[in-house]
Amino acid sequence: MDNDKHSGHETHAWKVSFGRRVANSAATIGMACAAVLVVTPLVVIFSYLVYRGIGALNWSFLTQIPKPVGEAGGGMANAIVGSALILLIASAIGIPLGIGSGVFLAEYGRNRYGDVVRFTADVLNGVPSIVIGSTVWGLLVVTQKHFSLFSGAVALGIMMVPTVTRSTEEILLMVPQSVREAAIGLGISQWRVTVSVVLRTATAGILTGIMLAFARVAGETAPLMFTAFGNQFWSVSPNQPASALPLQIFYYATSAFEELNRQAWAGALVLIVLIVGTIGIVRLVASRGLMKGAV
Amino acid sequence: MGVPIQAKGLNAWFGKTQALYDIALDIPPNHATAIIGPSGCGKSTFVRCLNRMHETVPNARVAGSVNIGTVDVYGNGTPAVELRRRVGMVFQKPNPFPTMSIYDNVAAGLRLNGIRNRHKLDESVERSLRQAALWDEVKDSLNTKSGASLSGGQQQRLCIARALAVEPEVMLMDEPASALDPISTSKVEDLIYQLKEHYTIVIVTHNMQQAARVAEFTGFFLMGRLVEFDKTEKIFTTPRDKRTEDYITGRFG
Repeated sequence: MDNDKHSGHETHAWKVSFGRRVANSAATIGMACAAVLVVTPLVVIFSYLVYRGIGALNWSFLTQIPKPVGEAGGGMANAIVGSALILLIASAIGIPLGIGSGVFLAEYGRNRYGDVVRFTADVLNGVPSIVIGSTVWGLLVVTQKHFSLFSGAVALGIMMVPTVTRSTEEILLMVPQSVREAAIGLGISQWRVTVSVVLRTATAGILTGIMLAFARVAGETAPLMFTAFGNQFWSVSPNQPASALPLQIFYYATSAFEELNRQAWAGALVLIVLIVGTIGIVRLVASRGLMKGAV
Repeated sequence: MGVPIQAKGLNAWFGKTQALYDIALDIPPNHATAIIGPSGCGKSTFVRCLNRMHETVPNARVAGSVNIGTVDVYGNGTPAVELRRRVGMVFQKPNPFPTMSIYDNVAAGLRLNGIRNRHKLDESVERSLRQAALWDEVKDSLNTKSGASLSGGQQQRLCIARALAVEPEVMLMDEPASALDPISTSKVEDLIYQLKEHYTIVIVTHNMQQAARVAEFTGFFLMGRLVEFDKTEKIFTTPRDKRTEDYITGRFG
């Protein structure tokens, strides 16, 4: 601003009108407020969960299975492991399907067939989870005549597909055409270009989409009621009814016993920590080394 | 060793718009040939027809014949993928693979075509980077830096090294220095000067001084047609065609 004093005739070039300065400050403050508002719900939820749940959270909560009703103590070890197994199998189903169809849409889907797949994915994304749960119940549970961990994983896996599909497509379309051209120009086959160059360039973005899908289904309760059903005992068999954290939280939160209500809060806290932890670990791995530069 | 390139009756279209009309051009081996002309005259389209990159654009079409060495480029049964391995290409904007290390960028062409032998890859990466005059600048960060972390000029030389690694016979360069500063440009030009001992080089350029500096032969394109093709010296001193003269003296374009 020294110029103001020394070179009089250029002064006007440096002057910013009052109106502009007001608008600038207002916009900055507005955006800062918006950012704070976005973070607030998460902070409030997390703090409240810690406040209500930390009391019932102890080592035996994480390592023991539920005690018979009326007895004190017990934990959610079976639900934690059940959730982990269900999510693992659901991911094994949903992620490859989602990435595959996302690649199809981005690389080969500029046509009517692509539009059909795109529309289907969007509709599937909008299907209520309870409908997906009851459908899997009708197709798997009824025909097998028993609830099972596997049927729960199928329900959640189906729910992951549309999110992974659409986010993969969006990210792949962001990979610059010049990167594809570079690879084609080297005499690399179409298939290799897609897998080893385009997908590799987009890895970080695709991971973000997967994490979104994962976080969404990790907390799903309704579809598991028809499928995994819940289990008060220790079971890791895909063919048996299994417990899962959201189910256990639901049953305990609606229970008449205060002890169980407290455990429900602790379960909710554990569920959030596990989801945030999983996302954190994946992000950490993804941000290491060269993948940092990815789209 | 470089091989000659022969284009005969070459026509190219984008959808219904014709971009090239009846191009006939003999490009000699082991020399640099410059393609000059105003924007939109079809020079890029022409080089992209030589390695069949043109047909990767939706609705693009080619008619006519191109021979590179003994290979009939548009002949029945010539696989485009195979051809592109023998005809390297460097693009206007440096386009390294952003998430690959420097080493992986250079090795990409070989690796993705199935070569796994570590010793052979090491050797090829070093040779290519030396040829592209980039080795000394990156030899200590081959595996720790990504291709995207280099400067623009280094990225372009990386792309040249990447193209050289698959040992092509022909090198197509589509305005390889137009996005670079003068120092990087002169490095790339020096490089072209050395590379033509071993390769046939076709370079598209907007910069006529550049054409005069690096190329023995020059072709002038205008509105999709080849107006004149001759020794560079001849084109710039005594062009036969009035339109060539108008262009090189800056009367249009």
